[in-house]
Amino acid sequence: MIIATNVTKKFGKLAALDNVSVNCNKGQCISLTGPNGSGKTTLIKCLLGMVVPDSGFITFNQQNILHHWKYRSQIGYMPQTGKYPDNMTIAQVLDMMKDIRRNDKTELDEELIDTFDLQNIQSKKMRTLSGGTRQKVSAALAFLFNPEVLILDEPTAGLDPLSTELLKDKIRKEKQKGKLILITSHILSDLDDLVTEVIYMQEGRLRFHKSIGELKEDTGQTQLSRAIAQVMKSN
Amino acid sequence: MYMKKVIKYVILDILKNRIMIAYTVFLLAISLSVFNLEDNNAKGLLSLLNLVLILVPLVSIVFATIYVYNATEFIELLVSQPLKRVNIWLSIFTGLAVSCSLAFLVGCGLPVLLYAPEGSGLMLILMGLLITIIFIAIAMLASLLTRDKAKGTGLALLLWFYFTLIFDGLILFLLFQFMDYPMETPMIIFSSLNPIDLARILILLKMDISALMGATSAVFKDFFGTGWGMSISLLILLSWIFVPLWWSVVKFRKKDL
Repeated sequence: MIIATNVTKKFGKLAALDNVSVNCNKGQCISLTGPNGSGKTTLIKCLLGMVVPDSGFITFNQQNILHHWKYRSQIGYMPQTGKYPDNMTIAQVLDMMKDIRRNDKTELDEELIDTFDLQNIQSKKMRTLSGGTRQKVSAALAFLFNPEVLILDEPTAGLDPLSTELLKDKIRKEKQKGKLILITSHILSDLDDLVTEVIYMQEGRLRFHKSIGELKEDTGQTQLSRAIAQVMKSN
Repeated sequence: MYMKKVIKYVILDILKNRIMIAYTVFLLAISLSVFNLEDNNAKGLLSLLNLVLILVPLVSIVFATIYVYNATEFIELLVSQPLKRVNIWLSIFTGLAVSCSLAFLVGCGLPVLLYAPEGSGLMLILMGLLITIIFIAIAMLASLLTRDKAKGTGLALLLWFYFTLIFDGLILFLLFQFMDYPMETPMIIFSSLNPIDLARILILLKMDISALMGATSAVFKDFFGTGWGMSISLLILLSWIFVPLWWSVVKFRKKDL
């Protein structure tokens, strides 16, 4: 579904992405992991067209994303730190996104707005929100348009344990519908029962892309967090 | 389709902005007091001209630059959505241009229409609008040249300073250096390099007081006074909108967010 080929991106001298090629397919739930600064967020931003690669190309359903911006209607994106216009309220942000993005075909999925109880605080301004509440708004927006692909950058960072569980339930539900889900997270225990594939990056390079079974077999560990820790140690 | 919606959000956001309201009220107060202080409306228009050509570019370029920097979050949010980048950028430009023009029309256009609804007054309104939009286009470009808001605002101020003061100083310097040569034709070319000068000349010629401008004015009148010269100068003013805007679009398409 999403194929990145030889994507390279440099910020000054630093190569944030170095010749990265990945292939993501429908129905997979992929964990994108790696140490801090390994290029995970840059890769995600490239997939979304927010960062333009220096070389290489990315296709979404066989179409180069450089010229086909409409593909983003099939992606729900939850950024690492959600940034929203400060003086808008939660309700205004939600309404604005619906207003801009909605067409007759899309069915709105407002489940997360209900589960996170955003209606009760909908008249709060974005600038007054705590980090966790912002994350909830970001999550609600990512799932709102019922997209085929979900890209979640550190979805559980800043969320309380209850909300984390609620969000994981939602992710699990969407996974069962056969959607492609890409997650980056450092809290690997959150992902243990969700993930089917692991992409491991280091210093802007793709180290491996394995299914979870393969990875556990190779490392001899039964838990994702332990398996990744072992990989990081041996590097 | 969605472009209209983005433009709507930008305009609604700016119309609520306190600085924009203060700018409108300030322009209105100045225009009304100028016309009420001078017994002659033509004189009032002349005083207003000088104020407009200093204040309007300053507010347009500084306000637009700061607005674009403050909209970074909004732009980031929009870019991750199924919207075309170029259209996002052009929508923000259109929103800024429409709301700042509206402020100018209410603050300056209305009093002029009330007190001096003749050719020179209409020319002042048209030039004020063009200057507003030109300096917003320049601000859009300036805000892409650096990521730092303080530097960007400084650059905007510097550009305003250049167009209102430094440029004229350079022209004077050149005039004194080449006093012995006929400078009329080069002066016409020089004035097209500065939209504020071009606007001033066009308005003064409409006011029939161009004799005050000295020897060069005869040549100016021969060139800018004709329909042909007028069209050329309007075309130059329009290209002062489109060239910076086009350049900023090229830069924005490649920008990493």
